[in-house]
Amino acid sequence: MNASGDFILQTQKLTKGFLGFIAVDSVDLNVERHTIHALIGPNGAGKTTVFNLLTKFLTPSSGTILLDGEDITAARPTQIARRGVIRSFQISAVFPHLTVRENVRVALQRQLGTSFHFWRAESSLNVLNERAEELLDLVGLLRFANDEVADMSYGRKRALEIATTLAMEPKLMLLDEPTQGMGREDVDRITELIRRVAKGRTILMVEHNLGVVSTLCDRVTVLQRGAILTEGAYAEVSSDPRVKEAYMGKSAA
Amino acid sequence: MKKYLAYALLLTLLLVAPLLFYPVLLMKVLCFALFASAFNLILGYGGLLSFGHAAFFGGAAYVTGHAIKVWGLPTELGILTGTAAAMVLGLLVGVLAIRRQGIYFAMITLALAQMVYFVFIRSGFTGGENGLQGIPRGTFLGLVDLSNDRAMYYFVLGVCLLGFGVIARAVHSPFGQVLRAIRDNEPRATSLGYNIDRYKLLAFVISATIAGLAGATKSVVFQLASLTDAHWHMSGEVVLMTLLGGLGTIFGPAVGASLIVTLQNTLSSGPLGAWVTVIMGLIFIICVLAFRKGIVGELQAALRKSFN
Repeated sequence: MNASGDFILQTQKLTKGFLGFIAVDSVDLNVERHTIHALIGPNGAGKTTVFNLLTKFLTPSSGTILLDGEDITAARPTQIARRGVIRSFQISAVFPHLTVRENVRVALQRQLGTSFHFWRAESSLNVLNERAEELLDLVGLLRFANDEVADMSYGRKRALEIATTLAMEPKLMLLDEPTQGMGREDVDRITELIRRVAKGRTILMVEHNLGVVSTLCDRVTVLQRGAILTEGAYAEVSSDPRVKEAYMGKSAA
Repeated sequence: MKKYLAYALLLTLLLVAPLLFYPVLLMKVLCFALFASAFNLILGYGGLLSFGHAAFFGGAAYVTGHAIKVWGLPTELGILTGTAAAMVLGLLVGVLAIRRQGIYFAMITLALAQMVYFVFIRSGFTGGENGLQGIPRGTFLGLVDLSNDRAMYYFVLGVCLLGFGVIARAVHSPFGQVLRAIRDNEPRATSLGYNIDRYKLLAFVISATIAGLAGATKSVVFQLASLTDAHWHMSGEVVLMTLLGGLGTIFGPAVGASLIVTLQNTLSSGPLGAWVTVIMGLIFIICVLAFRKGIVGELQAALRKSFN
């Protein structure tokens, strides 16, 4: 790792205030290309707000966001998505009344350029089925391709969400608590899946499960009350007394 | 194969229907079935509750009536003019309303439709409270005399099938696929790079246009365009028809419309005439409490269960 680094995403003094309350305070985040980067911190530290700022679901009060060195602070959410920054959400982001295959296909569909064609038959989308099924196979959902998503288990919905995100050929995937609310088995499966799809990609994830963070992530940024507390490799960060204090309170430090 | 057989049967029924029933009632049913189906495109597939669709239905009726009666346009062109007017009105209302969601969207569409309603009350060409009366039915392409109810029925059937065709295709098109995705999960659709407002606007304009086609055709059938067509009661009635038949199903709204129109017609001439509104209200309550998916929706669910 050299000093300048090859950063895919950088923020400079990123700040967001809500009516006198500073949710994100002057955050300088540097996400290196081809790494899995975790954003951790106690509840209310501003992790999801940072995600919303990065994908422009919220507008920053001040500061800049750079993607591949280019300023994207003024871009709209759709533009950010089209530049290859694809996010997931805390609650599972699937289309419940579409089939599993259609969920992935919707993400592939935009590239055909026919998404406004209301006079064209739906079967014109079948050319995308092969790619959709490849992605479903990758996350182990191929045999459910024709099922309606609403009936699936939570873990599978999250896997489907990852397949859909991959369909966008993302440069940078932002995963908001991918293992939240899951049983042990599902957590292991999703962890393994993230590791597999991370090859050749960059992932920034918010995660509460420190076990997942320790096995998966190359770098960890700890947020506390909207500001960066520390940043480094997991081993470094986890032995930092300030981090323990932030998580456990003073007595544990 | 079974599907095609069912369609063929349905078409045959529609073709022989005027031999069995009163054609004017059938035409009314068809027009409202088309209106409800158009409404379903925006509510059932777009997830947007418009409370102002009467403006498109009634607006197109007036424009068509005026175009045929005053400008002397042939029937087909008159209907097209009314439909085009509904499209333009749909675009205007859509651009203003589409940025809001849920109840706010419903309120803006209602407010705009009420404004249109008052324009119709005030302006001379609509005939105010009396309505625009005596619209000549004319001929179809100068060949078939439409003052004959049976001939008119087949003309209306053709127009409505065309309208249904457009809706069914739009639902099952690449566009329809994105629209359903947006209905299911807006933020996710945005994060996949879709500019959701544009999709909603297109759906709204298509819906308004077809609603206009229905209103235009109805004005020719009854040779009358009146304030009733543009009143907010009409916007509410179409919601009832769609919910009763089955939201987000292809045939549901048509079934709901047929049921409501037939009921209104049968009841209003009988001893229960004064109670029509109350009975409609009761039906609506039963529908919401007992079968939320609507008639067709519940049938589909039951069929699916029996196959699994």
